[in-house]
Amino acid sequence: MTSASPRRKPGAPQAQVVTANELLGGEVVYLTADDRWTPRIAEAELIEDEAHAQIRLLFAQGQPDRVVGAYLAPARRGPGGAVEPAHFREAFRAKGPSNYPHGKQEALGNV
Amino acid sequence: MYEYSAEDRAFLAERIRQFRAQVARRLDGSLTEDEFRPLRLMNGVYLQLHAYMLRVAIPYGTLNPRQLRQLAMIAERWDKGYGHFTTRQNIQFNWPRLIDIPDILEALAEVDMHAIQTSGNTVRNVTADHFAGAAADEIADPRPWAELLRQWSTDHPEFQFLPRKFKIAITGSPRDRAATAVHDIGLRIVRNADGAEGFEVLVGGGLGRTPMLGKVVRSFLPKEDLLPYVEAILSVFNEFGRRDNKYKARIKIIVHELGIERIRELVEARFAELRPSFTGVDQEVLARIARMFRAPDFVRRDTAPFEAARAADPVFRAWADTNLAPHRTEGYAIATISLKAHGATPGDATAAQMRLVADLAEEFGHGEIRVSHEQNLVLPHVHKADLPEIHARLKAAGLATANVGLASDIISCPGMDYCALATARSIPVAQGIARRVEELRIEHEVGPMKIKISGCINACGHHHLGDIGILGLERAGVETYQITLGGDAGPEAAIGSRTGPGFSYDEIVPAVERLMLAYLELRESPAERFGETLRRVGHAPFHAALYGEEKADAA
Repeated sequence: MTSASPRRKPGAPQAQVVTANELLGGEVVYLTADDRWTPRIAEAELIEDEAHAQIRLLFAQGQPDRVVGAYLAPARRGPGGAVEPAHFREAFRAKGPSNYPHGKQEALGNV
Repeated sequence: MYEYSAEDRAFLAERIRQFRAQVARRLDGSLTEDEFRPLRLMNGVYLQLHAYMLRVAIPYGTLNPRQLRQLAMIAERWDKGYGHFTTRQNIQFNWPRLIDIPDILEALAEVDMHAIQTSGNTVRNVTADHFAGAAADEIADPRPWAELLRQWSTDHPEFQFLPRKFKIAITGSPRDRAATAVHDIGLRIVRNADGAEGFEVLVGGGLGRTPMLGKVVRSFLPKEDLLPYVEAILSVFNEFGRRDNKYKARIKIIVHELGIERIRELVEARFAELRPSFTGVDQEVLARIARMFRAPDFVRRDTAPFEAARAADPVFRAWADTNLAPHRTEGYAIATISLKAHGATPGDATAAQMRLVADLAEEFGHGEIRVSHEQNLVLPHVHKADLPEIHARLKAAGLATANVGLASDIISCPGMDYCALATARSIPVAQGIARRVEELRIEHEVGPMKIKISGCINACGHHHLGDIGILGLERAGVETYQITLGGDAGPEAAIGSRTGPGFSYDEIVPAVERLMLAYLELRESPAERFGETLRRVGHAPFHAALYGEEKADAA
């Protein structure tokens, strides 16, 4: 995953995931390769091609009845092969706040 | 305190009915998110990092026990069992589901509360001195005026689409515990040479990316001219405010660009036009409001139990010495309940804690509770004889931390643990500093010290006003914290100045520790406060403490 490696050259393309908040409850969700929304970033589609990323973002934005505020977030494949956030803000979204064990860390128990 | 009229209740019921229908239309697809967003914001509903957030107004920071219990109920039923009190005397619920929010608003309306105008480009919750109506140093209780402003500004058709949000703060005390100098309008009750009460009116204060202190637009405004004068200011802002640029849209920018003299001309000209249209109805409303803010019936009782507990119990004495403030009535005190237990999240209270405070207010405090902009709760009217029992019950609930005004009484915004705008975390930094001063056992030695933390440039944590201010930013993909020194929120308000390069997340707590230790070394006596020492010795010694001697030599 050279595109997301820490040694990536400045300006080089970065891998991304499509993420949003679920409309009814507000929970952070990620778009999967098979067009589902998942609460686990590990199951998200990791997109390395910018053109494909834009298409997937449009697909997400076309579901206003499911999600709010879809955008592309930097991500990478971790040591174990699972998709993980590549920015600290996204790491908090993927896990939950640091002052209480609330959010995904509570619901998923393994983040 | 103010009690809603039938009209107030009918208005709220109609607004909730509208919002319920708006949510339904959002869910069935008749409204897009772009159409829905301004509607939800009008009702205090934000979308944050992990969830929606509901910001509920606590007008001028005043609550009764029934209201606080209802907030506890909401926290348990629809949230995660706690609420977060903010620097604008509001409470925020961090985890509500959108589909539950109409029900939450109904629950709030049952106790005469709402979330209207807690967001959007409107006049926001009017904040006031949290010791209003109780403080020994007060000229007059500002809350009837705050309530008048609340009623006037709520749903005011001319001011629903201002260039930007608009914040008003009011104090009745020369001590200014309401940070009036950093509000769009700051109102200070003053007496003129003839002994008449009126307002000193400041305009154009604010924090954020362009911190500015308000300037006096009128040094003495007769009290009965308040509404037309404030309306004149809003009117000038509405006309001249920079709608072309969100970052220049606050009134402070036009005060800065046009100058206070020009603003004064414009405001006074508009005031002259508006004044005749105020025929006295506002004063009738005010008189009705003022009757509801009548002081409680205070009693004379022996304060011996207080003196005895103070002499016998060092824990009680420490709490009494830091958390009590002088009340205007003999035998009474103002008790601040710290929501800053060392290592806790500043401003958070659990449902159980809220219920305890409601019980104490009912049993001992004439049914009054205040929320301070410093994110603590206050029992404004307690008799000293009852303080030992109050303290014992607070202690059992983890609410008796004796640190009000000290280094661990930190103001902190939610930061990147919750806020979608944040650039770095605030809460864990506050927790880290508080834990460290507890480990070192130095905060009583350090004495009064204001540490304020914001997780982004918008400065909800008032970092510019701290003795030590901390601003969390992102630099090259990591959290970085800038330190400012020498801020002051009081009557001698001052914006702190930046020390130099920022510190990483791991470095920021030790950096603050070095500042505190340097202050202990540098001060002439324990009576010399941090800001006074800083003014006397200058920034260089503190800079040296932060960055090392060699780098500071030039300073």
